[in-house]
Amino acid sequence: MTKPKIADLLNEPGCEHNHKKGQQGKNKACTQQAKPGAAQGGCAFDGASIALVPITDAAHLVHGPIACAGNSWGSRGSLSSGATTYKMGFTTDISENDIIFGGEKRLYEAITQVIKRYHPPAIFVYSTCVTALIGDDLDAVCEAASQKFSTPVIPVNSPGFVGSKNLGNRLGGESLLDYVVGTAEPEYTTPYDINLIGEYNIAGELWGVLPLFEKVGIRVLSKITGDATFEEIRYAHRAKLNVMICSKALINMGRKMEERYGIPYIEESFYGVEDMNRCLRNIAQKIGDEALQQRVETVIAEETAKLDIALAPYRARLKDKKMVLYTGGVKSWSVMSAAHDLGMKVVATSTKKSTEEDKAKIKKLLGKDGIALAKGNAKELLKVIAKTKADMLVAGGRNQYTALKARIPFLDINQERHNPYAGYVGLIEMAKEFDRALHSPIWQQVRQPAPWELSVPPEKVSVGK
Amino acid sequence: MTTITRNKKSVAVNPLKQSPPLGAALAFLGLKGIVPLFHGSQGCTAFAKVLLVRHFREAIPLATTAMTEVSTILGGEENIEQAILTLVEKAQPNLLGLLTTGLTETRGDDMEGILKSIRQRHPELDYLPIIFVSTPDYKGSLQDGFAAAVQSIVATDYGTPIKSNVETFHETSLQQITSQKQVTILAGSLLAPGDVEEIKEIVEAFGLKVLVIPDLSGSVDGHLDDDYNSKTPGGTSLSQLQQLKRSLFTIAIGESMGPAAETLQQRFGTNYEILPRLTGLAAVDKFLWLLAQIANYKSDPDWQLNPQVPQKYQRQRRQLQDAILDTHFYLGGKKVSLALEPDLLYQTSWLLKELGAEIQAAVTTTKSSILKELPIDNVTIGDLEDLEDLAPGSDLIITNSQGKRLADKLNIPLYRMGYPIYDRLGNGSRCLVGYRGTMQFLFALGNIFLELGH
Ligand code: SF4
Repeated sequence: MTKPKIADLLNEPGCEHNHKKGQQGKNKACTQQAKPGAAQGGCAFDGASIALVPITDAAHLVHGPIACAGNSWGSRGSLSSGATTYKMGFTTDISENDIIFGGEKRLYEAITQVIKRYHPPAIFVYSTCVTALIGDDLDAVCEAASQKFSTPVIPVNSPGFVGSKNLGNRLGGESLLDYVVGTAEPEYTTPYDINLIGEYNIAGELWGVLPLFEKVGIRVLSKITGDATFEEIRYAHRAKLNVMICSKALINMGRKMEERYGIPYIEESFYGVEDMNRCLRNIAQKIGDEALQQRVETVIAEETAKLDIALAPYRARLKDKKMVLYTGGVKSWSVMSAAHDLGMKVVATSTKKSTEEDKAKIKKLLGKDGIALAKGNAKELLKVIAKTKADMLVAGGRNQYTALKARIPFLDINQERHNPYAGYVGLIEMAKEFDRALHSPIWQQVRQPAPWELSVPPEKVSVGK
Repeated sequence: MTTITRNKKSVAVNPLKQSPPLGAALAFLGLKGIVPLFHGSQGCTAFAKVLLVRHFREAIPLATTAMTEVSTILGGEENIEQAILTLVEKAQPNLLGLLTTGLTETRGDDMEGILKSIRQRHPELDYLPIIFVSTPDYKGSLQDGFAAAVQSIVATDYGTPIKSNVETFHETSLQQITSQKQVTILAGSLLAPGDVEEIKEIVEAFGLKVLVIPDLSGSVDGHLDDDYNSKTPGGTSLSQLQQLKRSLFTIAIGESMGPAAETLQQRFGTNYEILPRLTGLAAVDKFLWLLAQIANYKSDPDWQLNPQVPQKYQRQRRQLQDAILDTHFYLGGKKVSLALEPDLLYQTSWLLKELGAEIQAAVTTTKSSILKELPIDNVTIGDLEDLEDLAPGSDLIITNSQGKRLADKLNIPLYRMGYPIYDRLGNGSRCLVGYRGTMQFLFALGNIFLELGH
């Protein structure tokens, strides 16, 4: 990838980080340099894989030494309703020789071998730090292989050292824009066709939402990229509306598809009642006639009524429980609004990756006593938990053992989680998990000192005759 | 003799191996108060961390020099310096473990020169030992990185212990320490924290003082501490490392620990023995007999050799013999396919062979002299695709959690071993060595076959 292109992505105008801070020039969250000794995040390659690996029938081939794929393959939480090729790990696993003589030949052979044995509809080929540093020409090799095998072989220029996971998401999006979107036509179109962008079907979350769209008569043309087939992304340019889910991650796709194909985009969330309602309403308003809007209202009324009944027992048990929320960007306010729906209190939350707009929303939901954490590490988090007397920590899996070691209930909200929280059903799932975590009988045990550690020993027996 | 085949592919499909830096970081994690520092771009550290956190279900302290494209081209000195200073301020480590990655090795940073000039600029860091190891991602596997780090650990000079440096010892125990015979155990990457714990217990039962390098049993064994740690909470301590030269003998467990044992001999004249495995009756017998001799050692040449093995282990030995009798019905004649790192492959395949099982296929990650001595004609240095091609028809597959999909596909039961294990609990405490560990392992395998009604 050319340098100017990366600079462009960092200054993505669709990104709030840049929008609102245009005057001051720098967009902190995007270009922030990782700090030696303190940095904790994933690299651009990680981000690109997060964005593209959910394409289930494609092969994902990592061009680099074993570090990049060997330590990470097969561990993404995206689920598939069909193909499982994406669960396989493919890597050129380059050796010292390849570094001395260049890895292009090995890469070409690797592509050949993957196509011959697995016949995927497409291969995404990812560059990594070492292969970028030695100057392997990914684009040329992919081009040659595409021609030779009449299979799309798509270069993803995402070496880790160009930046963060966020940037990597966008680099992944660029590859889709440059090589995939617009290369095929759908069988038919309807006026109610939308694309979902930035939803990766972690733990099967999509499946909690797709039935709702179907029920009201909205057709999801392309899922970008959760549980997607390669083919459906090729004809994504025929949708009437792009709905950005984890909004900032693939914002460049929304903006550029608007530019190129005139598809407007909106940013929505599937977490919590209010957000889900708003999402359906906004879509209906953008593409729908009155009939669709009416159907949306009916479904919302039905679903929320059902939900109220299902949530009633949990609401009683969760009321006023305090949580510290630690997760990136858009998820903060989504989860906050879900917590709000359940009557729980968010006493502190991170704003690290949040845009100004997110921050404003967060502030409103936090109330005046809430603490906004601009930065955080495990130690910091524990301090805040102690200070706020929070009942639990809601955070990414990375922080799980921090919380558990501090003997605090924990709920996992990121990439590797196992429960789907999206949509109305997701909220029930979330309530269940909150309840389970908070009211587990184990907390008392793991905090209980041993009898011999108590200043007043519990009971004395008389030993001897 | 086993022939070693390298697969002819240009692509690794479902890789079996992990990177050497991951292995080196794991070895460093067995030292107390350390933060392993990856000299590379931040992603390498993040992936390694996620893998280890998911495997051990523990918070794992790892740090990165966070190299960018620009700093890579300019050279890493500034980033290394900044990372060290940040860590010293934030985590107050007692030790630093610095390791390179593919990126910085390709660039060719002069690490020795860099460390020297950082030392010159920062005399305030004189107290802090920095253990350095070179681990390019493109050379070898986790086992290689682990072994290289252990060799660096034992090659580093930690100075002589001064009173204030002796962290945990009280006056009385200090006396005891200096009079007690000490043995160094080099614990290879085939050993999990639970194995190390068992080994320590065994050595101590002989009245010996044990110095394990690296001691994963104190750091990632899964125990609740009272404080949150941004460095390792346990493991081999600095003051123990300063005592290295006091050891009478080195026992290296795992073939890959050989070079480190050799280094100790060169530095301190400590004799050593390499035990390539610690599972199975004969292997454990050998270990205990060795310990008995060390415990019985007196420098007086007329000393009568009369080594003793504690009652407890004599009894465990008979229990293992009984377990072997009970399980051989289920393991005898079974065909097993394994994909493991060389040391673990050697240990496990020999145990199976000794129980009457047949090794149908063996796949491994990296070259090693031990591969020539496997109980099978051919071993492939390859990936899980190779295992998938070789395993059909076997009764059991033994590999890491990534083998789950192929095991399901082939409809063959899977016993999980190696790194990573995501879908089993207790990876920090499982013990498969010693008489007791061997017994547990045999029961686990036997139960798999019983369950299937074989
Ligand atoms: S930082 Fe570079 S070398 Fe490390 S995992 Fe990411 S792409 Fe690979």
